[in-house]
Amino acid sequence: MSKTITIDPVTRIEGHSKITIQLNDQGQVDEARFHVTQFRGFEKFTEGRPYYEMPGITARICGICPISHLLASAKACDDLLGVRIPAAADRARRILHMGQTVQSHALSFFHLSAPDILLGMDADPAKRHVLGLAQAHPEIAKEGIWLRMFGQQVIEWLAGRRIHPAWVVPGGVATPLTAEVRDKILEGIPRAIEITQRALELWHGVLGEFKEEVATFGNFPTHFLSLTAPDGGLDLYDGNLRLRDAQRGIVADQLDPTAYDEHIGEAVEPWSYLKMPFYRPQGYPEGIYRVGPLARLNNADHCGTELADKELAEFRKLSANGGAVLSSFHYHYARLIEILYCLETARELLNHPDCLDTNVRAVAQPSRREGVGVAEAPRGTLIHHYRINDGGQIAWANLIIATGHNNMAMNRGITQAAKKFVHGDRIEEGALNRVEAVIRCYDPCLSCSTHALGQMTLRLQLLDSNGNVLDEKARA
Amino acid sequence: MKDETILITLNGKTVTATRDETILDVAWANGVDIPRLCHLKGLTSVGACRLCLVEVAGVPRLLAACVTRVTDGMEVTTDSPRLQSHRKMIVELLFAERNHICAFCVSSGDCELQDLAQKLGITHIRYPYRFPVEEVDATHSRFVHDPNRCVLCTRCVRACGEVEGARTWNVKNRSILSRVMTDLDQPWGDSLTCTSCGKCVQACPTGALAEKGRATGENTKTPGLFPRLTSMRGTRD
Repeated sequence: MSKTITIDPVTRIEGHSKITIQLNDQGQVDEARFHVTQFRGFEKFTEGRPYYEMPGITARICGICPISHLLASAKACDDLLGVRIPAAADRARRILHMGQTVQSHALSFFHLSAPDILLGMDADPAKRHVLGLAQAHPEIAKEGIWLRMFGQQVIEWLAGRRIHPAWVVPGGVATPLTAEVRDKILEGIPRAIEITQRALELWHGVLGEFKEEVATFGNFPTHFLSLTAPDGGLDLYDGNLRLRDAQRGIVADQLDPTAYDEHIGEAVEPWSYLKMPFYRPQGYPEGIYRVGPLARLNNADHCGTELADKELAEFRKLSANGGAVLSSFHYHYARLIEILYCLETARELLNHPDCLDTNVRAVAQPSRREGVGVAEAPRGTLIHHYRINDGGQIAWANLIIATGHNNMAMNRGITQAAKKFVHGDRIEEGALNRVEAVIRCYDPCLSCSTHALGQMTLRLQLLDSNGNVLDEKARA
Repeated sequence: MKDETILITLNGKTVTATRDETILDVAWANGVDIPRLCHLKGLTSVGACRLCLVEVAGVPRLLAACVTRVTDGMEVTTDSPRLQSHRKMIVELLFAERNHICAFCVSSGDCELQDLAQKLGITHIRYPYRFPVEEVDATHSRFVHDPNRCVLCTRCVRACGEVEGARTWNVKNRSILSRVMTDLDQPWGDSLTCTSCGKCVQACPTGALAEKGRATGENTKTPGLFPRLTSMRGTRD
């Protein structure tokens, strides 16, 4: 008789979800499903609002990456206005984005995942968290917290507040950069780089202990989607879409991001509020692809900054045959490399001779009825697409959030890990944590992706073939 | 004699006033702040919002300071637990009545309703929200009317009628269904009387009337415009 295991809630992720593991008649894992159990509905309730409120409204989708929504939304509004924003505004938005990516990646690595990586997957769950990390490795925990704080401060110094600032506006940014802010950020970058380099050393030191996890945490061939710069380099703010396959062959390149819907379809499953985007030419579910740090580094020809490029060369070696790095466990590594890239890029932008240029806003009336804004959020490609009426009110909105792109890959990843680590009709603690840890690799932001009601939790259920719950684990 | 000097007691302190002044005028002249939403210097007072209610010795009911003239020997109290309680209730009811969401409002940071809530220490609303469905009118080329944020102070109606003389704005329906409207309840962009002067926007205490294209917190206003305009007109006449 087949059975189902449920993990509910999934912990140390941003949002609410549960995992069910379906056992077959022989009691072996058949399939695992990642259910996103929260619903928000921003696409619907923004209808009727003036377009220029959209950055402010959609930034509220997320408290971790509001800047990504601000940027994608402002870019969609720029498209509605038909303006090219001033160069200084472009640089200012990029610096803000670098601050946000640093804080978000630091949160994911140090606060959420480092307890697994440094304390061990089988460590006592009562101590396997950031406070446990602070007891066992106080220096690392302190540095991780400092790095996140620095990213948050960059946001506050530039935009006035750490969470949900309103500085990014349609047509540019509200106020120019000041010399004081520039100098404060530049002063903090060397320490931030040192901390990231130490974290990378640590990563290289412990990676050998996670051979099983590397092999089974979402290690399968998929396509990879991200923005890349026109020269194929890493770009988190702008550029065109590129899709590579598992062999790192280019499937599609320099796709106009505003025509995303020609390439990306969205499927819906009755057991999750999270949509399942797929690559249209291959259909659903064959058109599975991944986004985020792993996808970006697989896609980019280079980072374009010295230290990040050096580390990218090491990253490439993870794939013996020159193909893409396939294990989702390496999302963690890719995140650390991106932190380096962001810090180096921010330094470059802040040292630009026109850094303090006061021309930072293009003022215009809407000249188009439809606008698309795409940016690389910390978790992957973020798409805002609006249609407006004559008065400038939102008539229709579509938001594709990074976590959504990875939905199919997360489901396949937990199935792979469950097959390896779940045995019998009971959920052991180590197995529970490993299945959850697969999800954590993707650093999903579920409150973002379903556009949160209730507590931030995850449940895991083990079901038999008749749908009866055999075992259930819940963390609050 | 309207300009005859009299003495009144304001919060226990004896102050001078003239018979043509309201309690609100005298309070402001003596540095005492009384909360208000519908009153705006330069426009006639209507006593509609009831936030400026004060206690007057010997009068059992509360009186609206903006429309009550002082009398000789009047003893006025502008702040007490009873008044605080009433003011909090009024502001909370205003929040419950429409869809006031400061988080992304264009007037956040320069909104008289938001200021009042902060001054009164309102941290939550005790009444059930009504969540009315209100359509934004964005048909005007320069301005937008968002009834979700309207407190029915009627400052726009008075600014348009008394200062601009266009009388584009008016009030329709009664009680909880009352709404401000343009012309004969036509879209603002179709109004034949609107001169697009923007005085209504400057008079509005919240983000209900705003300039188009202003992002969150960018719709700052200059309500001090009205006493200047009316005093200049008075001089010219």
